[in-house]
Amino acid sequence: MTKGFQQGFLTRLLLEDRAGKLLLSSVMAITVVVVLLNTLMPEGSPLHVSNYTVTLLGKYLCYGLLALALDLVWGYCGILSLGHGAFFALGGYAMGMYLMRQIGDRGVYGNPELPDFMVFLNWQELPWYWYGFDSFAVALVMVALVPGLLAFLFGWLAFRSRVTGVYLSIITQALTYALMLLFFQNDFGFGGNNGLTDFKDLLGFSLQSDRTRVVLLMASALALVLGYLVCRWLVSSRYGRVLMAVRDAESRVRFMGYRVEHYKLVAFTLSAVLAGIAGALYVPQVGIINPGEFSPINSIELVVWVAVGGRGTLYGAVIGAVVVNYGKTWFTGVMPDAWLFALGALFVITTLWLPKGLVGLYQQIVGVINEHRDQRNNRKTELVDHG
Amino acid sequence: MINGKTCARPSILLNTSLVADIIPDHIVIMECLDLVRYQLMCLQGVPKYGVTPLFPANACESGKFRAEALFPGRLSHCASTETDHGTPLAIPCSGNEQRTIDSGEAMNNRLSKLSRNFLTASVATAALSLSVMAQAADTIKVGVLHSLSGTMAISETTLKDTVLMMVEEQNKNGGVLGKKLEAVVVDPASDWPLFAEKARELLVKEDVDVIFGGWTSVSRKSVLPVVEELNGLMFYPVQYEGEESSKNVFYTGAAPNQQAIPAVDYLMSDEGGAVTRFVLAGTDYVYPRTTNKILESYLKSKGIKDADIMINYTPFGHSDWQTIVSDIKKFGNTGKKTAVISTINGDANVPFYKELGNQGVSAEEIPVIAFSVGEEELSGIDTGPLVGHLAAWNYFMSAESDTNDEFIETWQSFIKDEERVANDPMEATYIGFNMWVEAVEKAGTTDVDSVRSAMYGITVPNLTGGTAVMNTNHHLTKPVLIGEIQDDGQFEIVWETKGGVMGDAWTDFLPESSKIVADWSAPVKCGNYNLETGVCSGQNY
Amino acid sequence: MNQNLRRVVHNLPARFLLLLLLILSRPVLAVSPEDLKPLLSKSSWGQLEAVITSLAEEGSDSCQQILEHWLNGKLFVEKQHKRLVFAEKTPDKQYRIFDPFFTEGESKDTVSELGTVKKRALKKVRINNQLRSIIKTALATWDLKDSDPKTRINAIYASLKTLDSKTLSTLRNMRASEENQAVINALDMALALNLFQQGSISEQIEAVEVLTGSDNPFIRSVLADTLTTTENTALAQTITTALAEIDQRQQYYTVAENIFFGLSLGSVLLLSAIGLAITFGVMGVINMAHGEMMMLGAYTTFVIQSVFPELIDQSLFIAIPLAFLVAGAAGVLIERLVIRHLYGRPLETLLATFGISLILQQAVRTIFSPLNQEVATPGWMSGSWVINEALSLTWNRLYIVGFSLLVFMVLLLVMRYTRFGLNIRAVTQNRAMASSMGIPTGRVDALTFGLGSGIAGVAGVALSQLTNVGPNLGQNYIIDSFMVVVFGGVGNLWGTLVAAMGLGVVNKFLEPWVGAVVAKILVLVFIILFIQKRPRGLFALKGRAVEG
Repeated sequence: MTKGFQQGFLTRLLLEDRAGKLLLSSVMAITVVVVLLNTLMPEGSPLHVSNYTVTLLGKYLCYGLLALALDLVWGYCGILSLGHGAFFALGGYAMGMYLMRQIGDRGVYGNPELPDFMVFLNWQELPWYWYGFDSFAVALVMVALVPGLLAFLFGWLAFRSRVTGVYLSIITQALTYALMLLFFQNDFGFGGNNGLTDFKDLLGFSLQSDRTRVVLLMASALALVLGYLVCRWLVSSRYGRVLMAVRDAESRVRFMGYRVEHYKLVAFTLSAVLAGIAGALYVPQVGIINPGEFSPINSIELVVWVAVGGRGTLYGAVIGAVVVNYGKTWFTGVMPDAWLFALGALFVITTLWLPKGLVGLYQQIVGVINEHRDQRNNRKTELVDHG
Repeated sequence: MINGKTCARPSILLNTSLVADIIPDHIVIMECLDLVRYQLMCLQGVPKYGVTPLFPANACESGKFRAEALFPGRLSHCASTETDHGTPLAIPCSGNEQRTIDSGEAMNNRLSKLSRNFLTASVATAALSLSVMAQAADTIKVGVLHSLSGTMAISETTLKDTVLMMVEEQNKNGGVLGKKLEAVVVDPASDWPLFAEKARELLVKEDVDVIFGGWTSVSRKSVLPVVEELNGLMFYPVQYEGEESSKNVFYTGAAPNQQAIPAVDYLMSDEGGAVTRFVLAGTDYVYPRTTNKILESYLKSKGIKDADIMINYTPFGHSDWQTIVSDIKKFGNTGKKTAVISTINGDANVPFYKELGNQGVSAEEIPVIAFSVGEEELSGIDTGPLVGHLAAWNYFMSAESDTNDEFIETWQSFIKDEERVANDPMEATYIGFNMWVEAVEKAGTTDVDSVRSAMYGITVPNLTGGTAVMNTNHHLTKPVLIGEIQDDGQFEIVWETKGGVMGDAWTDFLPESSKIVADWSAPVKCGNYNLETGVCSGQNY
Repeated sequence: MNQNLRRVVHNLPARFLLLLLLILSRPVLAVSPEDLKPLLSKSSWGQLEAVITSLAEEGSDSCQQILEHWLNGKLFVEKQHKRLVFAEKTPDKQYRIFDPFFTEGESKDTVSELGTVKKRALKKVRINNQLRSIIKTALATWDLKDSDPKTRINAIYASLKTLDSKTLSTLRNMRASEENQAVINALDMALALNLFQQGSISEQIEAVEVLTGSDNPFIRSVLADTLTTTENTALAQTITTALAEIDQRQQYYTVAENIFFGLSLGSVLLLSAIGLAITFGVMGVINMAHGEMMMLGAYTTFVIQSVFPELIDQSLFIAIPLAFLVAGAAGVLIERLVIRHLYGRPLETLLATFGISLILQQAVRTIFSPLNQEVATPGWMSGSWVINEALSLTWNRLYIVGFSLLVFMVLLLVMRYTRFGLNIRAVTQNRAMASSMGIPTGRVDALTFGLGSGIAGVAGVALSQLTNVGPNLGQNYIIDSFMVVVFGGVGNLWGTLVAAMGLGVVNKFLEPWVGAVVAKILVLVFIILFIQKRPRGLFALKGRAVEG
């Protein structure tokens, strides 16, 4: 395929999606600006962007990708997954295991084979499921494969037996809850409650160095952009239209002869893979992965991000994730005792007055302005007519 | 002569010159830091906590400290050097022919590696401290990193208030270095990655000079890389599993040898009921797992058989204890005296104790000794049926001392609640805060590296009437107390160690960990120094 | 300390009466304050133990009094006069003190209240577990003479571990005069145990026959120990048979116990899920604030108990209706303000109620402090119902099982037989039709949500007896509640009942095998797989309404 075709394809993909174009370009622009200001400006200069901001931004972008993944299944396929945090965490664990193996004999006990948490609990050898994670390639495959496979199996079972609506939501919640309990167990070999931490480097680059951080930020931005494009391509294709039809009237689509469960399964699995990738990028940036990520509350919060941003738009999900998390960062610093009031109120207000989220609000405002303009124009035309 | 003149000395010693005083004809090498540690244990008259298996009974023979007896074959690489204080202390390493590797060379390598690391670190910190200095205002900022929402808010909010109180009191007394202290409170919301983010925010955005924070192990683990990277200073005030000694963290809570092992000793003594059968019940996370591993190994070393140890783990927030309590009852009904050692965490305790009370497990039959239950946890329970169950801490609110009375009075008036209780992590915060203040005054600056060096050997009064000492392994020396639950929700102290017990970062009851020591004073400067290989591993700087 | 005594001791007037009664009915105490001197200053545990021995040997009822008070932590030293007193806490945090002595020459009238002092004026006489068990053993001698047969039986069993010649002779004398059959059985058991421990082989074999009938775990362990040491095959044979029989019985008890544990866990699940079965199951609101409604109920109990500290025993009866009203009112308010606008958008109710739950949690933190609050257990709910030596069921669990079933039945009756219930069913089945029939749908919605929330509040009262009353209370139960409702089939109350009890029992039978964590994981996996088989839960609604 030629480059020209690809560009044409991209243009066509984003032609109808002005907001998406805006989002992608601002994500890229902000990333580039932050990266430049961080690396080029000397520390102490007012224009310097600190490492704190770099990692924070990287984290938001990972959350954005996760929200995007959820919006694909919820906004376009009507599957409200209350367990998407599980796929995120699994991706994170796969990456965490790689990072753990990279520590090698630089752990506190200097054991070249076993991670520290296994050493002091007297583990004698590496459990079999840790094999292979010393290779980055294997870890990368696992980042996509583990969440993907789990989603595939789960979806295959659930969609085939036509589990829908709240039943599906609740069993996804049961899934992540069960995984959380499982990972909390120290005997399970993933570090229990403490999870995996004390990472040293990734592909030989120290995780504490500024450059690695910047690269990780860029990787997150890139993943988000690519993820967005894949999702956009998917939902604007014929497949996507069927998906939306499933969302709106599942039975009718089925009666028309479509294998509804196949469509759902593809979307669900893809979404899980995206969530896994988001998790894998998240872990080296925050420096820890632990079973708390599986907690059902986290998954519910994720749903809230998407709803706040605006469901079923893709870009809305990303905006929601960034806005809510920025709010959380800001409120927990500014009003540590009362920030939950603000957050709770935000959720209530969003659902009551902004059923389509922040994106919907913007559209509403634009709509009102346009209407005014149209009315004025109409009046003018009327006047002209009379004249 | 462990209990002889030399060893029974009641006061707590850390100052190395004191060691030389007491054992005048003996020479200590600072490089072999574990040695110093052992000596101190001996001098304090509580040699057994933390060091038993490596500590032969004749170690303090005739007032002399027989290093060779302690470290057969380990001292060949010792060479004489100077301590921080310039007091020359050396040990006769002769007569130890077993290990004849060229120790000088090995140590030179090690030292150069250390200094290289140190150089990189100091360049980085110099850069950082420049920016700090540029922004230094007329207040000193104190970061408070305790969860105010989420599951841990129950425990941590109190510590936030304690720090705020300490800051207020300090400001009333004129602040530190002539500047007022300013507390910067953030809420990491019981969300572990958020702890790392907030720590970074405090250090980078708010430019705080010290952080008081953390409760769960995972929160500390999450913050650790951040404070190490940015060379921050953190005080961690909660009892924990050990196996850590970071350059940038001071651990003012108890290490396992300051809680678990004395508690078992008490239970096995006649006074504690001569227990011979143990249930180790804990929440399934790293603190109980480690503590129970340590205890298991300790109990076995005391001749307790496998069949007499029952280990049980439950998930966080476990609320249905019927089966487990009934199992404990059955386990304890065999005629042998049985006790439960509970490392059950926070929220799960209330339903556990309620079930104990209802199923009629009384303290005389099966006492439960807890390491995570203090006055605050009890304030949510009707303690009538629990009278006599035990807890091991370094502080109880009922401790009789003037400093304690004053502290409680200040606390209750600060929080505007006359019924409000105080607990052990609060004392740890109190000690940590006062030590920091003293170290800053001593160093004359809030610069992290200077404050850190000033911290070693610093003593402040603790609330139980003695003094707490900060050791070079970043852990405290403080007394261990055992208290019985009373019907008013307080503890009555029924037993205490004679002197202070020195916190051991690396327990001697786990095979891998027993090889490691922590010492941040020159020249070792390492939190995990492997005595066997002579390598300082796992450092991030 | 046996149950009766504790109750008496807690009850101040009765205790005082008892004290007077005991004092009036017996001769002057021979132990002088001199003998009790170690109690006055800080003495070693050994010295204190000697005091107990002397008191026990003295044997008068007054000594019993002192020992009992000591055991219960009511024996103090008044610092000012350096004298021993009994002290009772008054509701206003003061202490009423009583003189425990009346020495020779004084009249019994001088035994009286010495006044009221502050806590600081008193110092509790020290005690530890070691002393407690010594005191208890000493007190058992008195308990053997108690008028209540249950106390006597307990005392007999308590003496098993320390059967010395003195106790034995007391027991033998008792056996001769005892009339109560249950006490006689217990005495026989004790004497047989002694025979087994001391007698010849033939006597031992004879004793085993009697001991076989006992469920006392200590007797079992004595038998098992002897089995490993004895060299006599006949004896070994007898013991083996006896142990087999005992273990057989034990197994039945274990099963019975597990079923009870399961039902009790199930009833907690039922209580926490049943309100949700209304708001979520019937109305279709994914009510994430359900847990916080339970929290409100639990806090109501706490408030009631702190407002009326003297009414602990009755507090739950006041708290139940009040919690219903408080949580119900909160529910109505939430429905009117928020949920009303969201009908037909069930998933968005999730977000709104999640927001509300955050606000409520933080509100409780702000108002009551983030700490757990103490909710006392009424006397009638504490302790357990001892069926036999090996099986006893805790009262609070028993009451909660009963209470959950009661709530369930009441709810069922309301739904089936009242006009309100009819309206609820009509509105949920077909809102438009119901509206056109003249049913005020808005009001019905509000009241239904209020009903569900109110029941959650009532559940909170029950939970306050089992677990923490703190801001996180709701969070701990919300997920389980959803599982139960979905597993049982949304919209079906019977489904909720069966699901709750079923999951409870399954969980409790798995727990001894695989541990608490894995049991819970297995239950969750089971739910996931079960939903594949029956995508609409255990009791699925059928018909077109389902697709709506």
